[in-house]
Amino acid sequence: MQVTITINGEQVTRDVEPRTLLVHFVREDAGLRGTHWGCDTSNCGACTLWVDGQAVKSCTVLAAQADGHEVTTVEALETADGLDPVQQGFIECHGLQCGFCTPGMMMTARWLLDHNPNPSEEEIREAISGQICRCTGYKNIVEAIQWAAEHPKTSEVNA
Amino acid sequence: MQTPAPTDYVRATSVANAIALLEEHGEESRLLAGGHSLLPMMKLRVARPEMLIDINELDELRGIKIEGDEIVIGAMVTHREVLESPVLAEHYAIFREAEKVIADPLVRNRGTVGGSMCQADPSEDLSAVGSALKGTVVIENSSGRRTVELRDFHEGPYTTKVEAAEILVEVRFPIRPGAGSAYEKVERRVGDWPVCSAGAYVVVSGGVVSDCGIGLTAVGAEHFCAPDAEAFLIGKEPTEENLRAAAQLASDASDPSPDQRGPADYKKHLANELTYRALVRAAAASQGA
Ligand code: FES
Ligand code: FES
Repeated sequence: MQVTITINGEQVTRDVEPRTLLVHFVREDAGLRGTHWGCDTSNCGACTLWVDGQAVKSCTVLAAQADGHEVTTVEALETADGLDPVQQGFIECHGLQCGFCTPGMMMTARWLLDHNPNPSEEEIREAISGQICRCTGYKNIVEAIQWAAEHPKTSEVNA
Repeated sequence: MQTPAPTDYVRATSVANAIALLEEHGEESRLLAGGHSLLPMMKLRVARPEMLIDINELDELRGIKIEGDEIVIGAMVTHREVLESPVLAEHYAIFREAEKVIADPLVRNRGTVGGSMCQADPSEDLSAVGSALKGTVVIENSSGRRTVELRDFHEGPYTTKVEAAEILVEVRFPIRPGAGSAYEKVERRVGDWPVCSAGAYVVVSGGVVSDCGIGLTAVGAEHFCAPDAEAFLIGKEPTEENLRAAAQLASDASDPSPDQRGPADYKKHLANELTYRALVRAAAASQGA
């Protein structure tokens, strides 16, 4: 079947099998490898991206279900203004080691901050509770997200 | 790599269209709601539908509203919408308390009320909430709609009264002025299925319990409820002694199986203790504490 998904503002049209998972569409068909694919079983959150602005696990959504919808991936975090504060926060706070969980963590972090610009530590931990990091012990990830909350985007400051 | 077996896919344009598609494609077709139960089952080949009928675009199945003295939750309302609903929070704290511990925020963004109810997992938290509150579901087929009590909805694990060419369209809960409610869950790790959960609503008037409901999940209680415990409490003061006795009756209504989440006696203990804690908080909330 033919599927057209707007990924990071660009329409991507491909012929896919109906069973194709969104994570594979994004990585293989659209060639955007920033979204990772880990457990396959909606446990790890490495595949987290946004569908219509909602953070979801893309290994548990069919590409067909996203037909006609908007998908946002980690590649969209950096803009002409530079890195997203979430990305900068992960750099500043050493929020990653191997980096496998990082794209998913950052997409959830940005989603959280867009809805709740000043989250408590508990709210941050709750937000990433569906994601697994084998390296960091989460502490630096939480600090990275706190750093991002303390350094809002320039566009947000102006708004 | 886990991927579903080949299947076909079609998007329903209305509830009537979804029913027509179910009739057209027969037994091997399945409705696709949030997909967070069905797609994992398809990856494991536990489910192998030949046709998926996607109902995600059906706005008529969305929304939480009040109709008369009932709260109506559309089948495609997501767990997150339940968690954040001011209407539900105003009438029943149990929804927020249960949703906070259902899966994780990303799954809650996608998973739906109707999907969870129809999946009818014996450990489903929403089923315990629905049974505690004595809700009803509305099921539609090509000849019309019918209403089924949630305490009569389950035919067994993973099976419900929803027949092949039917769709659950909404879940309804009576509003009970003065009711307090609460939910308690023990899980091994965040986002997991419960080892045991218990939920309750209590209405205290004139110093005694005039109405109550108790729901249990993951411990094999028939229809996720504990009617003997409820009957015991009616007309009694919500004292520690009475609530303890009711919790024991709730535990007696459970019939858990031992598994990797724990032995049966531990789960029975949890059914008792969690019911007690939910009753204490629900009764206190009803009395304005
Ligand atoms: S790959 Fe999607 S949750 Fe792990
Ligand atoms: S940095 Fe390695 S899994 Fe998170």
